[in-house]
Amino acid sequence: MSASGGSADLLIEGVARRFGEVVALDHVSLQVAQGELLTILGPSGSGKTTLLKVVAGFETPDAGRVTVGGADITALPPARRDIGMVFQNYALFPHLSVAANVAFPLEMRNVAKPEIERRVAEALAMVELKGYEARLPRQLSGGQQQRVALARAIVFNPRLLLLDEPFGALDRKLRETMQLEVRRLQRRLGLTTIFITHDQEEALVLSDRIAVMSRGTIQQIATTTEIYERPANDFVADFVGESNIFHGTMSAPGTVTLDGGRVLQVRSDRPAGSKVGVLMRPERFAPSGANAFAGEVIESVYLGTSFKLRLACEGGLELLVRQPARGALPAAGARMTVGIEPESIHVF
Amino acid sequence: MNRSILPALPALILLFVFFLFPVVRMLGFSVEGGTLDWYAKALGEQLYLRVFWNTFEIALLVTLFCLLLGYPLGFLMATTTPFWATVGFIFVLLPLWTSVLVRTYAWMVLLGRNGVFNRTLMEAGIISDPIPMLHNFTGVLIGMVHVLLPYMVLPIYGAVRKVDPAIPAAAAGLGASSFAIFRRIYLPLTLNGIFAGSVLVFVLSLGFFITPALLGGGRVMMIAVLIEQQVREALNWPFAAALSAVLLVFTFAVYALAQRFTRTEVAR
Repeated sequence: MSASGGSADLLIEGVARRFGEVVALDHVSLQVAQGELLTILGPSGSGKTTLLKVVAGFETPDAGRVTVGGADITALPPARRDIGMVFQNYALFPHLSVAANVAFPLEMRNVAKPEIERRVAEALAMVELKGYEARLPRQLSGGQQQRVALARAIVFNPRLLLLDEPFGALDRKLRETMQLEVRRLQRRLGLTTIFITHDQEEALVLSDRIAVMSRGTIQQIATTTEIYERPANDFVADFVGESNIFHGTMSAPGTVTLDGGRVLQVRSDRPAGSKVGVLMRPERFAPSGANAFAGEVIESVYLGTSFKLRLACEGGLELLVRQPARGALPAAGARMTVGIEPESIHVF
Repeated sequence: MNRSILPALPALILLFVFFLFPVVRMLGFSVEGGTLDWYAKALGEQLYLRVFWNTFEIALLVTLFCLLLGYPLGFLMATTTPFWATVGFIFVLLPLWTSVLVRTYAWMVLLGRNGVFNRTLMEAGIISDPIPMLHNFTGVLIGMVHVLLPYMVLPIYGAVRKVDPAIPAAAAGLGASSFAIFRRIYLPLTLNGIFAGSVLVFVLSLGFFITPALLGGGRVMMIAVLIEQQVREALNWPFAAALSAVLLVFTFAVYALAQRFTRTEVAR
């Protein structure tokens, strides 16, 4: 439990919580290093919000503990945890000005007036809201409200920053701007951060590591590339990105026989006879390759930078394929061949 | 604006014939013979000024106690589980569905010299002589607070319900104690409800009759009780009319002041 050398700033150990019959958290453990941004990614009902509430102190776990910087905070009320949080709908105080909203956590900590003024100005400058001090939240746009919420969450130098789906209410362009801005700020301040989202694209853009959650358990926790390239199971492979997932058996070293009979060359040291899952990302297909698939186009969509095709291949296999948008869009009914190299196929 | 007033006509006629006309007729009584003498009497004599002051004082105290009791109740009902909120509603609304007369008589049974409260306290040996709670200021206050409490609870309940639960949660997360959350978050965000409830209770208190008449036993004089005495016992209709007119103007003044206050509150 010592804090020597790159110590974990947040430690969640065996946290469980059930609501009647529903298991919201099934003994979840994870570790977030100091200064790291960890995303908890999962569909609604996966338990990610409950986990966030346990960390923030709004929910008491039935079992397990939460440690920040080595100190057990499981039993502390939210007010004494020193955790900054940005809520889904920002939860700004509607009757207080921008400056008063940001000053609130400092006032609660009995910081001296001049010091409050200095730090509020500093925080507002950081989120580029200088000149908006006297406005009320309802006089601000969605993006500006979010900046206020962010300033309010970081102004008191919290030990942890929690972001609960903060970009959901913004339009696409603004969302991307805010994501980058949050990331920049988080890095600059070195804030240990947990970010909750159900949007896998957002998770890939923002995170150092991603924890994928489903039905109250963490399915996989790994770096963004690891999660995308080498998912641990069907759920992760399917939830993150577009995918072609099949099941089969290792028939020989480096060979998988799919349940439908099709044989694939892969890179895997799984022993012969073991049941495996096979993931092929749509963008990894080329016009030819060691594993070739001939089929009929049953659906084709033009997406600007790429074509999205659905192929019905022999053996009843249906493939989702992405190809660079060059030339004419293949029409439905056309026959075509695609291929994929063994090293582009992930076996799990 | 080409909305027709036709559908509202029956109600308008009813109001005019049975409300507006009698009020104007009554005001006519008060200036019978072209003199303002009755008004001079109502506003000039020490005795009657005392009654007005009494009424004002009781209304103020009733409002204060209703607020002190009603805010926690309304707050609790707005923040608890649906089941307990329903239980709360039944307890708050049940008295509203019961006749004022029945409720007032019930209080007489409870508060009298030989009433339930005094007997229990004496049997328990807590007091040796009965506490006078009936036919005095205390009795009137208790009865009126009970009758008027729902009018305070309901607007406060509504105001608390309108506060997004994420807002006090955010305050807690930012380091606010329960008291700070109440003072800095709930109180300012529910001021409108507090205000609406207080005006309602105060205005209703000013003209209250049955409860002060029965629980006051003629010893606590409120303006409505005085008016009734003038009509029924003294048969002095012009004076009763003048007193009514003064009460009406006073009520309107309170109401107008309140409206003005809420408007500036919203504009700010």
